Amino acid sequence: MTYMAPTRRNFLKVGAALGGGLIVGLRMPGNARAEAAEANAPFAPNAFIRITPDGKITFIMSHTEVGQGIYTSASMLLAEELEVGLDQIEVEPAPPNVALYIDPNLGEQATGGSTSTIAGWGPLRIAGATARTMLVQAAAQKWRVDPATCVAARGVVRRGANGGGLTYGQLATAAAALPVPKDVALKPPSAFTLIGTPQKRLDTPGKVNGSLQFGMDVQIPGMKIGTVAACPVRGGTLRQIDEEAARAVPGVIDVVKLDDAVAVIGDHYWAAITGLRAAAAQWHDGPHGGVSTAGIIDALKQASDSDGFTALKRGDPHAAIAGAAKSLEAVYELPFLSHAPMEPINTTLHVRPDGADLWVGTQVPPRAQAAVAKNTGLKPEQVTVHNQYMGGAFGRRLDVDSIEQAARIAKNLSYPVKLIWSREEDITQDLLRPYYYDRVAAGLDADGKIVGWTHRTTCSWVMARWAPPGMKEGGKLDPDTVEGAMETPYDFPAQLNQTVRSEPDGVITAWWRGVGPTHNIFVVEGFVDELAAEAGIDPVDFRRRLAARNPRALGVLNLAAEKSGWGRKLPKGTGRGVSLQFAFNSYVATVLEVSVSDRGEVALHQAHVAADVGPVVNPDTLRAQLQGGLIFGLSMAMFNEITHANGRVLQSNFHDYRVLRMNEAPDVTVHIVDNPTAPIGGVGEAGTASASAALANAIFAASGRRLRRIPFATGQLAETGRS
Amino acid sequence: MFELNVNGQSHQVDVPADMPVLWVLRDVLGMTGTKFGCGIAQCGACTVHADGDAVRSCLLTVADAVGRQITTIEAIGGTPEGARVQKAWLDLEVVQCGYCQSGQIMSAAALLKRAPKPTDTDIDDAMSGNICRCGTYVRIRQAIHAAAEA
Amino acid sequence: MKKKQFFFDRKNPKTFARFGSLPGYRRVSQETKVFCFFFSKKKYVLPLLLLSSSLAYAADNGEYLTRAADCAACHTKPGNVPFTGGRAIKLPVGTIYSPNITPDKDTGVGNYTDDEWVSALQRGVGHNGKYLYPAMPYNSYTLMSRQDALAIKSYLFSLKPVHNQVPANSLSFPFNQRWSLWFWNQVNNPAHRFEPDTQKSADWNRGAYLVQALGHCGQCHTPRNWMQGLKQGDQLAGAKQQGWLAYNITSDKTHGIGGWSDADLRQYLSTGTAPNHGPASGPMAEAITDSLRYLTAADIAAIVTYLRDVPPQTSGPPALLASAKTATTPDPLGVHVFNDACAGCHLPDGQGRQSAWASLAGDHSVGDPAGTNMLQILAHGSELRTNDRLVFMHEFTRSYTNEELAAAANYLTTTLSGRDSQVTAADIAAARTE
Ligand code: FES
Ligand code: FES
Repeated sequence: MTYMAPTRRNFLKVGAALGGGLIVGLRMPGNARAEAAEANAPFAPNAFIRITPDGKITFIMSHTEVGQGIYTSASMLLAEELEVGLDQIEVEPAPPNVALYIDPNLGEQATGGSTSTIAGWGPLRIAGATARTMLVQAAAQKWRVDPATCVAARGVVRRGANGGGLTYGQLATAAAALPVPKDVALKPPSAFTLIGTPQKRLDTPGKVNGSLQFGMDVQIPGMKIGTVAACPVRGGTLRQIDEEAARAVPGVIDVVKLDDAVAVIGDHYWAAITGLRAAAAQWHDGPHGGVSTAGIIDALKQASDSDGFTALKRGDPHAAIAGAAKSLEAVYELPFLSHAPMEPINTTLHVRPDGADLWVGTQVPPRAQAAVAKNTGLKPEQVTVHNQYMGGAFGRRLDVDSIEQAARIAKNLSYPVKLIWSREEDITQDLLRPYYYDRVAAGLDADGKIVGWTHRTTCSWVMARWAPPGMKEGGKLDPDTVEGAMETPYDFPAQLNQTVRSEPDGVITAWWRGVGPTHNIFVVEGFVDELAAEAGIDPVDFRRRLAARNPRALGVLNLAAEKSGWGRKLPKGTGRGVSLQFAFNSYVATVLEVSVSDRGEVALHQAHVAADVGPVVNPDTLRAQLQGGLIFGLSMAMFNEITHANGRVLQSNFHDYRVLRMNEAPDVTVHIVDNPTAPIGGVGEAGTASASAALANAIFAASGRRLRRIPFATGQLAETGRS
Repeated sequence: MFELNVNGQSHQVDVPADMPVLWVLRDVLGMTGTKFGCGIAQCGACTVHADGDAVRSCLLTVADAVGRQITTIEAIGGTPEGARVQKAWLDLEVVQCGYCQSGQIMSAAALLKRAPKPTDTDIDDAMSGNICRCGTYVRIRQAIHAAAEA
Repeated sequence: MKKKQFFFDRKNPKTFARFGSLPGYRRVSQETKVFCFFFSKKKYVLPLLLLSSSLAYAADNGEYLTRAADCAACHTKPGNVPFTGGRAIKLPVGTIYSPNITPDKDTGVGNYTDDEWVSALQRGVGHNGKYLYPAMPYNSYTLMSRQDALAIKSYLFSLKPVHNQVPANSLSFPFNQRWSLWFWNQVNNPAHRFEPDTQKSADWNRGAYLVQALGHCGQCHTPRNWMQGLKQGDQLAGAKQQGWLAYNITSDKTHGIGGWSDADLRQYLSTGTAPNHGPASGPMAEAITDSLRYLTAADIAAIVTYLRDVPPQTSGPPALLASAKTATTPDPLGVHVFNDACAGCHLPDGQGRQSAWASLAGDHSVGDPAGTNMLQILAHGSELRTNDRLVFMHEFTRSYTNEELAAAANYLTTTLSGRDSQVTAADIAAARTE
């Protein structure tokens, strides 16, 4: 998802922290409230850097850590220019403050869409450089020397290279009184000492010894633990519970009934969940009790007969296809998906008459704050958000439905409560990645060149629900639905992209890792592969021709082909598939090698991923994100789908919503194209987006079977065997 | 009242007999390093050692745990295998979100104790009960080999 | 097979709550509770049995007998209030729905007189002379004494009446003609009460009464004749019911339970597992959940005494020796799926971890090359409640293909039994739809 907020120019503002010290942050002009708040600046983290006289350096993280390593990468950007070591700093999550911590690509203070590094690349370096310039200035004033003769390194400003020094802590108060420099010079890439080098992540030591606290691990004095069951059908209501039975369970303290849910609170989760089972909630299904997957697909199919909104039309693709030597058309389908992050949904909340504290891992702190305010009658500023480390999110924590529910429950309770969803609740009550029904067609000329291309997607429009300002064309286009379909790495002489909105009955749709590209790249790259086969041209060669005028695309394609040994002979039943993409401002090519047995079992052997993301901040994190992202996408392509019957989600836990396991995961090698001067790209979702096409194409190469419906491992291959 | 031995320390806990050790650790003893992921022995996030074997604490009842030595992620660094695994994990930057990693490390430490030089098949057998949603398997495998060499 | 959403929804937890104690939450042993009944509640005279040992069997109140007769199992639709009926029972000739047996006058049994009630249980002829379908095991209950039948009635009538209209039966002609059951009854329902064998011990007689009358074990474990009546000569020789194999439980050493120790048998009946015999699953797990686990130690021992004396039969797959292991190379797909989905609890060698129920060593079901029960477990899962825990396994059908599950089943059987297992993808497909 990339949409630009109405452009507002950010500028830097620096102020003194209460108690001395220096705060550097981004400021939005004309935000009177924020400026007033800063006039008597509290000793509270409201900017990116905080240096206190005792020498403590704190970086405040506007983006949230979901495992993608952003705390480390963002710190590298700040530390590079501030001239401190990563071992000298501490990080803390930013509080909700849209004015300070907006992600310009998302238009709000949010983490998602692989935008964090893109968003931070300029501003964080400027923030670091500004602070360093002022600290040097303060030192130079003390020593009455030219600032140019002073050198800053590892948190100390020295007179000359070997002179005496003052620490940043000693300089902080004086620096805060200085005027803010207008244009600070940023280091040229050649001078980087941190950026581009593999750095150890800051958050991992506490994750290998169990000491790091996730949202799930929050412990507040006096806290009780609850669990929830909401109506399994969207829009249904609670009919009855056996409250007596629930309360009879030892350890159960409270039972809270909402219109559409019931919560049982106890001394521990076991009491709560046992009480919840005893409550044996019964429901009125409401208007969506008849929803089924088949019905939803039928509705999409029907809607796909209309043109929808034309997002792009170049040339006359219909005429081109009609006049082509060969033409091909196909339907691709992607199922509803649950996020299933490893850490089930949980919210800890203490609501009091005069305020509330919220401990939660969220990708959208301001929305979390507003959710509590709205449901408790408190003002947003009375709600303190303590953002927590997240055990994965994948888009799930861009929504605050669970926090709203928690607020409705917790306002009935006088004590802090941690509400934990069981895994079953997490999966069945998830907001789902949309079902996509895509129709594609293309024509080839006699040389096997694509002359016309049409692609119509029919789906729910997440943007219309989640952020209406992000809609394009006066609200008529959800840009996410065509992202990765409109701008491909290729030249299609005539091209049509349409998107039809069809909202599924009784299902709420949401962002999911890889967003638009995860959907569209499967369709585009799968179909390009079909066309290559139709033209009788090697899939990599076919793409080379199509991307001939796109050197960055060619760069990653050739690298992946070379590293994977593309073209080298493989045993029967084994094949390689390729996928090439431009998404999240990054170029990625993936070659995956698989084998397909006579019985239709797929084994994933080896993947080579080549990426050109422009400048690389932490190469080790980049590799990790592509490795993990690819495996995440392969899980989806192999196994994942959410289906409905009687309005209810049929999957409930990892036994029927499978995740690739150690014995099933391929080896993944990542190759980086060095490109420091290109615009920076995101990478958290790029691997996921490339997975399903690479897999479908590899299965085709290995078995001759073309799969157009995700997930693949549902017997599709065994149904007809190898052909 | 049950007497539970966790990390060499004995605890008296007044809980129902069928309460899983996972929740005793997390909600009664306040040891939150052991994670809840599925509650049905499918994900491995809750893995602890019972007398050195990797078990799923979400299904190990407190009654069954009595008389067995429970070891958790908080103390596994005190065993030679655990320390080597943790070091390899950091050296190779295995961790992403980290939520599954307590369980992964407990399974890996139990494996190394049983098979000091595990083959890839040994690793598959021992580790396939532990899901990582972030997909860190490539590095987990490398790190187990590295820990075995250390 | 019942459809489930969550493991905790599979069976209405109310069943247990209503029964007075959520097992595991009150650490009062069954014996203690029973002992209390003896002193505090009305004591029924034991049916035709010797008062000298009545102390041991003192649990004969209506609630206890209702459990021993396992009325809840059939008369509760999963997820609903116990005894409100509506559970679908699929027969070869159509589907019937168990009636509501709460004392509701409109939809339940509130209008039954004592005589009608006894007649229903003993002769299969209920209120207003209506013939019951023999899915109701009245050809076993017929052995029950009038006192016990009425004790059950008074217990059920002490419950809250619940209005619940169950769906109409859908049986094909001529099976939808209730009067035709008159003929069936002539042949298949002896309609006589249990008569103690004075040559045998009191224990044996109590066990016989529990097995034959209340527990109606033969309804599953005794093969049926062409009319679906119980084959009299083949008592407890094993039979297939609704897709599940109810094993031979005669005293035969190889095919039956003659090779089990008394202690193992007692443990299995009370808890659903015993060392080297694996866990109970399917309908047997239900019988333990709803009925057997509530029985006193003395009653369980009596059942064992009686079963020891059932004439041996040699039908069904031979019992498995816990030590049996195969030498054949396993199918890699089976190993793969087993590691994926099963080894987490059962361990790669099937010996299980963390609880006794996860050990499959010696399990009759993994020794059956046809894999009858294993298919059912893979397709529909299994759940068992003991007095201190819930043991469950999920149905694995949705995300694994037929091929994968067949391979896993074959791997498990050949590995643990050394027998050549031939489960096919088609078998799994059939089990899924059963
Ligand atoms: S929480 Fe125990 S295995 Fe998932
Ligand atoms: S590191 Fe996130 S689930 Fe494994």
